[in-house]
Amino acid sequence: MRGRRLYLDGVSVVFDGFRALNNLALVVEPGEMRAVIGPNGAGKTTMMDVITGKTRPTSGVVTFGDLDLTRMDEASIANLGIGRKFQKPTVFDALTVFENLELALKAPRGPVACLRWHLAGAGRTRIEEVAAEIGLTERAHDRAGILSHGQKQWLEIGMMLMQDPDLMLVDEPVAGMTDAETEHTARLLARIAGRHSVVVVEHDLEFVRALGCKVTVLHEGTLLSEGSIDHVQNDPRVVEVYLGR
Amino acid sequence: MSATTLHAPPLSRTRLGLRALMGAAVVILAAFPLLNMLPQDNVLHVSDFLVSVSGKWICYAILALSLDLAWGYAGILSLGHGAFFALGGYAMGMHLMRLIGPRGVYGHPTLPDFMVFLGYQELPWYWLGFQSFPFAMLMVLLVPGVLALVLGWLCFRSRITGVYLSIITQAMTYALMLAFFRNDMGFGGNNGFTDFKELLGMPLNTGAARATLFYASLLTLVGCYLFCLWMTGTKYGRVLTAIRDAENRVRFLGYDTTSHKLFAFVASAMMAGLAGALYVPQVGIINPGEFSPGNSIEAVIWVAVGGRGTLVGAVLGAFSVNGLKTWLTSAAPDLWLFVLGALFVAVTLFLPKGLVGLIQGRGK
Repeated sequence: MRGRRLYLDGVSVVFDGFRALNNLALVVEPGEMRAVIGPNGAGKTTMMDVITGKTRPTSGVVTFGDLDLTRMDEASIANLGIGRKFQKPTVFDALTVFENLELALKAPRGPVACLRWHLAGAGRTRIEEVAAEIGLTERAHDRAGILSHGQKQWLEIGMMLMQDPDLMLVDEPVAGMTDAETEHTARLLARIAGRHSVVVVEHDLEFVRALGCKVTVLHEGTLLSEGSIDHVQNDPRVVEVYLGR
Repeated sequence: MSATTLHAPPLSRTRLGLRALMGAAVVILAAFPLLNMLPQDNVLHVSDFLVSVSGKWICYAILALSLDLAWGYAGILSLGHGAFFALGGYAMGMHLMRLIGPRGVYGHPTLPDFMVFLGYQELPWYWLGFQSFPFAMLMVLLVPGVLALVLGWLCFRSRITGVYLSIITQAMTYALMLAFFRNDMGFGGNNGFTDFKELLGMPLNTGAARATLFYASLLTLVGCYLFCLWMTGTKYGRVLTAIRDAENRVRFLGYDTTSHKLFAFVASAMMAGLAGALYVPQVGIINPGEFSPGNSIEAVIWVAVGGRGTLVGAVLGAFSVNGLKTWLTSAAPDLWLFVLGALFVAVTLFLPKGLVGLIQGRGK
C-alpha cells in the first residue's frame, strides 16, 4: 500500500479562550477510508484546517508519515499529497471544467513553469479520464460557474483526483444534493478509496452507512467514539449527544 | 474506463471581434502622424494638437493595460499605479536633464539648473549613470519593479488583500508625492524637471521628434498588449484568474500564490514605468503632481469603464475617458470631476463589464 499514515495526537486549538479542538487524537492508515461525524461545532472543519495548514494548533502533534505538518504552509502540504474538498464547493467559476482540472493536475507550480506550461498527451489523457470518472465529459468546455451544485461538488472531487494525493479530505460531499446525486457520490468515493486514504466529514448518517467504513465521532473538539457505524450508533454517549438529554 | 478525447473549442466570435477592434484602432492611430503632414485644408488632416494629445493617450493606455493585468487578472486593485508611472517618468526625466548639459540657464557643465539654484556643488550619487540612455532605460524598468517587489512581497506574504491592499498602495503613492515635493530629495522638488532639449540626439519640440515618440509609444503599446495577451493565455494567466476568484482554494491546490501575485505585480509595475518614460518627453515636464492619488484612481476608472480583465477594455477605457476629459475640460472645465465620478458610479451600477461588456452583449 502506498501512502503515509496520518497521525494526530493531543491536538488542541484555542480561539480567544474557546477550545475548538480539545486534546484530539486520530490515526488514519494508508489506503483507509474514514468517516468523521459529529454535531455542529464539534470541530470537524477545524480538524481539516489543522491538517491542511490553514490553522496552526495551539498544542499537539500532527504528522503525515514522518513529516511534521504544523511547520508547513498550505501549498507545501498540498504538494506533499494531501488534497481537500471544501464544504462549500469552490471551483474557479471563470474557468472551464477542463481548465479547472488542468490547474489541479500534478505539475510544477511556479510562475515561470506555468508560463512555459504545455499540456502534453499524458496530462490530457489524465484530464479526460477524470472528467469521465466524475461524469462531466460533456461539460468539459463549459464554464464551471454554470454547473449545478452537484456537478460543482463532483468537479471539486475531480480536482482532488488530479492532484493524485495520498490523502483526501472531503468535507460534506453530499450537502444539498438530491438522492440520485448522493448515490452517485457514494459510488464515486467508494471507487476512490483503496487508491488513496480518504477522510469524509458528513452529517448524513445514511450516507455514512453507505460508505461502510470505520466511523469517528467528534464532540466539543474531542474524540467521543470510534468504530463501525452500528457500534457508534449504539454507543450511549453518542446517542446522548445526538438526541439530547 | 474509456475516456472521450476533449478538443479545445475555437475562440469565440466576440473575442475575435475585440482583437479586430484593437487592430483597427492601432492602424488608425498609426496613420495620425502621416495625416498630420497633409495640407491643413485637406479633410483628412490631423492637427498637431491631436497628434500630441493622442501620443499622451497611448501612454495612458499602456498604464491602463498594466493596471488591468494586476487588477483584472490577479485581483490586485492597486490605487497607486500612478507611482510606478511617475517613477518611470522621473527616470526618463533624469536622463533628459543630464542631456541638457551646459545649455541650462546657469550654463553649468553637469549640474541641472535646479541644483545650481539650490547650491549643489556636485551631482548626487544617484544621478550618476543617467547620462547613458541604456542605463536610464534599465532604471525605468528596475525602479518601479523593485518597489513593486518589496511592497508586494511585504503585503502578499502577510496575506493583505482587498481594500487594505488598495489603501496601502494609495498611501505609497501619497508618501512618494510628499517625498518628491521636498527640495533636498534632489529631484527638483515642486518644479520637477522641464526644459528638456533632446533625446537620442534628436531635438525635442520638432515634428519629427513628436512623430518618433508617437510611434515608439504605439509600438510599446502593441508590444505590451501582445505580452499581456500571451501571458493571460497561458496556464499562468489561468492561475492568476483563479487567485483573483478564490485565492485560498489555489493555495490548497499547492500553488504558492505569493510568488504568482508578485510576478504579475512586478511585470505590471515595469509596464507602468515604461508608460511614464514615454510620456515625459512628449509632455515635456515631470513633477511630483504625477504621484497624486487622484491620478492612480483615474487610471482605475479607465479600466473599469473599458471593462476589466479583457485587456482591450483597458485600452478602450483609457482612450474614451481621456477623450471625454480633453473635450470636457475645454467645453465645461468645472464639470469634469463630477462627470468622472458619475461615470464611475454609472459603470459600477449599470455596466459591470464596462464598454467591452456592452459590445459582447450585442454580439450575442
